[in-house]
Amino acid sequence: MLVVIAQIVIILIAFVMLLNVAAIMVWVERKVCALIQQRDGPNRVGPYGLLQPLADIIKLIMKEELRPKSADAILFTLAPIISAVAAFAAFAPVPFGAQTTLFGLLDRPVGLQVADVNVGMLLVFAIASMGVYGIVLAGWASNNKYSLLGALRSSAQMISYELSYGTALAGVVLIAGSLSLREVVDGQAGAWFGVLPKWYLFLQPVGFVIFMIAGIAETNRAPFDFPEAEQELVAGYFTEYSSMRFAIFYMAEYINMATVSAMATTLFLGGWHGPFIPAEYGWIWFLIKVSFLLFFYVWVRWTLPRYRYDQLMQFGWKWLLPLSVINLLVTAAGVLYING
Amino acid sequence: MGWLGLLIMTGLGLGFAVVMILLSSLLGPKNPTPEKLAPYECGMPAVGDARERQSVKFYLVAMVFLLFDIEVAFLYPWAVALRDLGWTGFVQIVTFFLILVVGYIYIWRKGVLDWGPATTSAARAAARAMRERNAA
Repeated sequence: MLVVIAQIVIILIAFVMLLNVAAIMVWVERKVCALIQQRDGPNRVGPYGLLQPLADIIKLIMKEELRPKSADAILFTLAPIISAVAAFAAFAPVPFGAQTTLFGLLDRPVGLQVADVNVGMLLVFAIASMGVYGIVLAGWASNNKYSLLGALRSSAQMISYELSYGTALAGVVLIAGSLSLREVVDGQAGAWFGVLPKWYLFLQPVGFVIFMIAGIAETNRAPFDFPEAEQELVAGYFTEYSSMRFAIFYMAEYINMATVSAMATTLFLGGWHGPFIPAEYGWIWFLIKVSFLLFFYVWVRWTLPRYRYDQLMQFGWKWLLPLSVINLLVTAAGVLYING
Repeated sequence: MGWLGLLIMTGLGLGFAVVMILLSSLLGPKNPTPEKLAPYECGMPAVGDARERQSVKFYLVAMVFLLFDIEVAFLYPWAVALRDLGWTGFVQIVTFFLILVVGYIYIWRKGVLDWGPATTSAARAAARAMRERNAA
């Protein structure tokens, strides 16, 4: 009984954390952007502007909900909901801490994970690509030229980079020999020669770079933020959205970033394993690594200019895809050579 | 928790999105005007419908993606079982990729992967043929 309650509490914690990630990232994004541009950023609402996301949410709830007369009523509301559900569900298989008995309170250990399934990696890959439905439906339902173009571009971009993303994941599957994310993390415990942590980053450096590039493109972030290239498409697929429906899209984008960062941490950066902190508190390491990757996202956004659309598609198909396949074959040969 | 956890998480996400949207439609003001309800086109009255013909490129990318994504889906079971398959499995996947590479080179030469000006002679020839056909 206690075990079931503990598991439900863990799910609720993961859910609330995801909501908080979205809120905190709104603040971090603006603050880091301001620091990079030598401004102060939000500093009126609360200390250091920390309550800014809360003020934003209250403001957005009180705003008028507009839907163009020519828009498709049902799909227009359904689109942000699909985006949000896909974003939340995609995080479910990611483990964020070691198995714990909560200091002996429980009679058997439970994992800090929402859904401990043996095909976790495939599941994240599958659900994360569901997000494209929300974007395409939003663009189609709005009946706005900018929205439709943004949605088309975004879907073409997301499916193009999904190939390299999936192939980079397969490289980790080769080394780990499992699709279970918990087993992948357990395979990265310990250290080589006592100093270098056994992260798959060091076995799959090319895979990690491909994964991060494809991850940025998958989440439609700068320098690949074509769906919302404001100079040409106003706001892309959510041009017609206002109030909470707009906020839900925004939230889904940040949660997707968190999921990609959490996946990168799990697959390449050793998940919750790290020195100095006992395994019971491994989630602290997990949070540190995910926070760093999220900061990296923001850092990249305010450092690099946007690509041109043809450059993006050519880079994905002509460079990233062949590179990821070669990486996969080399990894396979290496795994076979070492295992005899 | 296994698959049930995924279900609960999906339910929580769905519930949150629906409640927030309902909340804002209850609390927000409602005074629509014809201008507010027109699709946004930089302040001008909207011209025509948005759902017109789009570049065939997007359709091509979707088609090519389907083929290659099936390839990626095949990779996962192979990757899990590689240690049991041994070098035989490696040779088989290389053969599989070689067949795909033939198709990959074909679409590259035909200019499916070009979004700007054509970069291969075959793609330039195809573009020229299409211009002549349209002119005729």
